[in-house]
Amino acid sequence: MADKIREVVLESGIPVKPVYGPEDLGAIDLDHDIGKPGEFPFTRGIHPFMYRQRPFTMRQYAGFGMPHETNQRFKFLIENGQNALNVAFDLPTQMGLDSGDPLAEGEVGRVGMAVDTLADMEVAFAGIPLDQISVSLTINAVAAPIMAMYFVVAEKQGVPLNQVRGTAQNDILKEYIGRGAWIFPVEPAVRLIGDTIEFCARHAPKYYPVSVCGYHIRESGAHPVQEIAYAYAIAKEYIKRGLERGLGIDDFAGQISFNLDIYGNFFEQIAKFRAARRLWARIMKDEFGAQSPSTMMMKMIAGGGGGGLTIEQPENNIVRGAYYALISALSGTQTMALCSYDEAYTIPTEKAALISLRTMQILIEEMGIGDTVDPLGGSYYVESLTSEFEKRIAAEIKRVDEEWGGIVEAVSAGIVQGEVARQAYRFERGVQDGSIPKVGVNRFRMEEESRDVALHSYDPKQAEESIRRTAEVVAGRDADAVQSALEKVRVAAKDGQNTMPALIEAVRAYATIGEITKTLKEVFGEYAEQVKL
Amino acid sequence: MPHKPIIRVLIAKPGLDGHDRGARLVTLALRDAGFEVIYPGLHQTVEKIVETALQEDVNVIGLSILSGAHLPIAKKLMNQLREAGMDDKLVVVGGNIPEQDIPALKSLGVAGVFPSSSRFEEIVAFIQSNVAEKQM
Repeated sequence: MADKIREVVLESGIPVKPVYGPEDLGAIDLDHDIGKPGEFPFTRGIHPFMYRQRPFTMRQYAGFGMPHETNQRFKFLIENGQNALNVAFDLPTQMGLDSGDPLAEGEVGRVGMAVDTLADMEVAFAGIPLDQISVSLTINAVAAPIMAMYFVVAEKQGVPLNQVRGTAQNDILKEYIGRGAWIFPVEPAVRLIGDTIEFCARHAPKYYPVSVCGYHIRESGAHPVQEIAYAYAIAKEYIKRGLERGLGIDDFAGQISFNLDIYGNFFEQIAKFRAARRLWARIMKDEFGAQSPSTMMMKMIAGGGGGGLTIEQPENNIVRGAYYALISALSGTQTMALCSYDEAYTIPTEKAALISLRTMQILIEEMGIGDTVDPLGGSYYVESLTSEFEKRIAAEIKRVDEEWGGIVEAVSAGIVQGEVARQAYRFERGVQDGSIPKVGVNRFRMEEESRDVALHSYDPKQAEESIRRTAEVVAGRDADAVQSALEKVRVAAKDGQNTMPALIEAVRAYATIGEITKTLKEVFGEYAEQVKL
Repeated sequence: MPHKPIIRVLIAKPGLDGHDRGARLVTLALRDAGFEVIYPGLHQTVEKIVETALQEDVNVIGLSILSGAHLPIAKKLMNQLREAGMDDKLVVVGGNIPEQDIPALKSLGVAGVFPSSSRFEEIVAFIQSNVAEKQM
């Protein structure tokens, strides 16, 4: 009798057969479901020639300490061949607190750079040509005022608003699900996103006002089907807000992009992205009536996430990173941001960040990864898995809408958060009991293992420096102009006008992020978390 | 046989850090192990943590910290517990804690440190034996 073969079920719950063949393509219509790259439904990629024509952009996440230190790291990465930036802000900035706020104690400049006023953003981007380098701002709850700062910095560099490129993460709904940097209650927070979408559609049409983050949902423990389903439920909500402002679907929806995660099973990830592209194209066309192909294209950044890295045997993370980059390229991403091997411990050191950058460069320069488009297209396994993923993602989106009353309701009530936490728990149990293999953790563990990792160091003096700098800026500004601008922010927030023009005026007058946030809090109130475990 | 009292645990996320995957995992794992666990959510101040621990009459406070601010936060918590006469609470810290910081945390009075990737069974066993010694 033959030995019994091992059973395989993917993290998403999909069973895998030991062999796939033509019979598994049975229900797939080659033209309707797969098609050609650059054509609807974009299963094989959004451009006809993909990396042959435009290699993926490399956009490592970077930022720490004071703006001038971050500026140096940006320049280091650009000198070494990185062609876009992804800015990390510290937690006080993300929560709308000035460096001197008592709640900011111990956090200033720690996990990103500290930004209190426009002056900080001016320093961060000094000598970086914003008409050539596209910048992603990893900021959510205070995305609107930080975008306003970015627009003013670009304008001071001579880049007019209608030419400004870049992205703001600006996805608040995922903050309530994972990552937790929220300030306002759900409804006014989502309304602010509507303000940024409307403002950009009308005045900054090349800017991507929102990058919806399945990434953080997955990092919180969601499996790949949940990652895409919740991200799409969120994106659909933002699109509805844009339509409510009187915008046409093709005027703005193509400027909403996605930040997605890579860790776990190789083929599961690739099928996830191919399915996600196809489903998004169908949602945009069938549900929202999009006419422009650009609106139907799911544009993404994905290069690997910290969720798959291990504290055990940290050098193994360099290898994991290389596989993540390979998955990302085989998935047809537009942009990669590859995690660094020390990120299971800390924010990346310069050396670790450079290894990640080189990993991506080796892949595209030496390995021929971009020579032909979607090389796994047509594989019996990958196509079958892609179709299964599409079905399951669509079913989960339906569950959000029909069983949970829509994404805003489901997030406000803590339902999605509970669902993700329970999945994270099932997964962690599997790792701990060894049923989910993890090298260095539950396979090939070493008793006397090295955890000798050079850590990015933190300087507590930074807080003092930031407080001093901000005090100087505040002393030198026109106090009446600040007060009058903040009053306009208050009125706009209260009366339901678009807050962006008032926010731009306030940051131009050097109002601090703390002053702006306080003004908005007085109108909107603060979020009270609903924990359902 | 005397009825064994149920151990009550407060899982607390202090500061601004929003990475609560670990806090939620440990909450679920300790509940499965038969403890009563309160997880009030993110952004708790140290004052609020002490107040909740008193009101809920917990035996254990588990701090979950990934931002790197574990030393100042633990110090502040231990001081406030002492001032409130709540020295008998068993305090454990979990999260992104570099090995070199563990002795400093212990010298502040933190009973156990469980860096990311610690096993649930270790945490459960530690709490069971140390709460028994310290309080019950």
